[in-house]
Amino acid sequence: MLNTLTQPHEYPGKLFVVEGIDGSGKTTQLGLVAKWLNAQGHRVFVTEWNSSALVKAATKSGKKKNALTPMTFSLLHATDFADRLLYKIIPPLKAGMIVLADRYAYTAFARDVTRGVDRQWVRELYSFAVRPNLSLYFRVPIDVSVDRLMARRVKLKFYEAGMDLGWSSNPTESFRLFQGKVLDEYDQLVDEFGLEVIDAAGSITEQQRVVRALIAQQLQTKTATPEAPDDQPV
Amino acid sequence: MTNPSDLPNTADSGANGNGQAGRYYGRGIPYLPIDGYPGKLIAIEGTDGVGRSTQIQLLREWLEVKGYGVIETGWTRSQLMQPTIELAKSSNTLNKLTFVLLYATDFADRLEKEIIPALRAGFVVLSDRFIFTALARAGVRGVDRQWLRNLYGFAIAPHMVFYLNIDVKTLITRVLQSRGMDFWESGMDLKTGDDIYDSFRQYQSKLLKEYASMGDEFHFRLLDARRPIDKIQDELRKQVAAFLEPAEKSAEPALLVKG
Repeated sequence: MLNTLTQPHEYPGKLFVVEGIDGSGKTTQLGLVAKWLNAQGHRVFVTEWNSSALVKAATKSGKKKNALTPMTFSLLHATDFADRLLYKIIPPLKAGMIVLADRYAYTAFARDVTRGVDRQWVRELYSFAVRPNLSLYFRVPIDVSVDRLMARRVKLKFYEAGMDLGWSSNPTESFRLFQGKVLDEYDQLVDEFGLEVIDAAGSITEQQRVVRALIAQQLQTKTATPEAPDDQPV
Repeated sequence: MTNPSDLPNTADSGANGNGQAGRYYGRGIPYLPIDGYPGKLIAIEGTDGVGRSTQIQLLREWLEVKGYGVIETGWTRSQLMQPTIELAKSSNTLNKLTFVLLYATDFADRLEKEIIPALRAGFVVLSDRFIFTALARAGVRGVDRQWLRNLYGFAIAPHMVFYLNIDVKTLITRVLQSRGMDFWESGMDLKTGDDIYDSFRQYQSKLLKEYASMGDEFHFRLLDARRPIDKIQDELRKQVAAFLEPAEKSAEPALLVKG
């Protein structure tokens, strides 16, 4: 059995991922991390969940017609992930770069299981993934996340709000129910996969300070590989 | 044919799971229980160009004359995935994992939207290929076997799996006499060489070995695909009739039943 998701990788580069529900502020935090690392002279590559060209058409048309079942939703995202892992994530890691991933396999573990997909099945599905050097989980109470999305006047999308599950015909109420369950699943992942929990209800700057400290620690770790960047920050 | 102790009736009653409705191979789809569905799932497997479609057509005809409702399903025919799979094949961007996952998504779509609803409604579902083609193709490409079996753990075990067995020499002649060798069926993506004939022979030999290695695990019923079409069809009908008739009375008046 493949189990690369639970074994440390041996690439000279570093993989840092951010996780959390919509409105947790993880993308904002990741953007600030990228700015900081670039300014430090690191070579950084950012990759987003569900962004490969390969499955874009199918995901788009499936979502448009609300035609995705929990299983096809899960498998399409796994296909997207496999495509990005092999073309976008592993090559920069081999080149000694820093890869920042906005969502990772843990998003699938939290969301797909909430949708009713078998917990163990989806873990084994993603067992080919590379284990991140650091996984930051931005934990936020559901009310805070909803308030943030409302303030930004974000229109809640059908699948993000879990409308496909038919728990409520009101998008906000559905979001609250669905993402509330997603939060419960995330909480299980913290111990199982060693996610670092960041209190995402705090100020942006305070969160970023914690995040940078955690990443700096990772970058100080000596790697024996010659390709590793020698301009590590102190 | 092996007869493992956990499936004591397989060889005799002609059905997986004691002749009852299908079961999931692995962890299944938790939100979709399949117990007690009246329909029957029959898969016809075999490599490219072995004559599956012809046999399915004839079998369907015969079943419908007998009064069974029949639905056909085939590999990569889902509404959701067919355009993507075609595009990916033509643009050469598939790696072995995305290759496997795209097919699995296609299968999941058809399983939930065609196969399970048809079984629930009491149809006989004839599947032109089943997960074994995906397992064989991925196996040849070196994808981890245990991972593949977990992946397809959401598949329903068919009531009967017929495997059209052929040797590579006969297959080559047959394919060349009909439509010729195609890029994917020749495994040209594996880049073993530029010669399509050599590539086809090597790739199909490996595929046939993969299929053969699954025979016991998934209870294949072997049909000798080198025999004439009507002889194969006779054997197919004999076995299908033996399975279906005790389970459900044919709608056709007894007088008209042909032997």
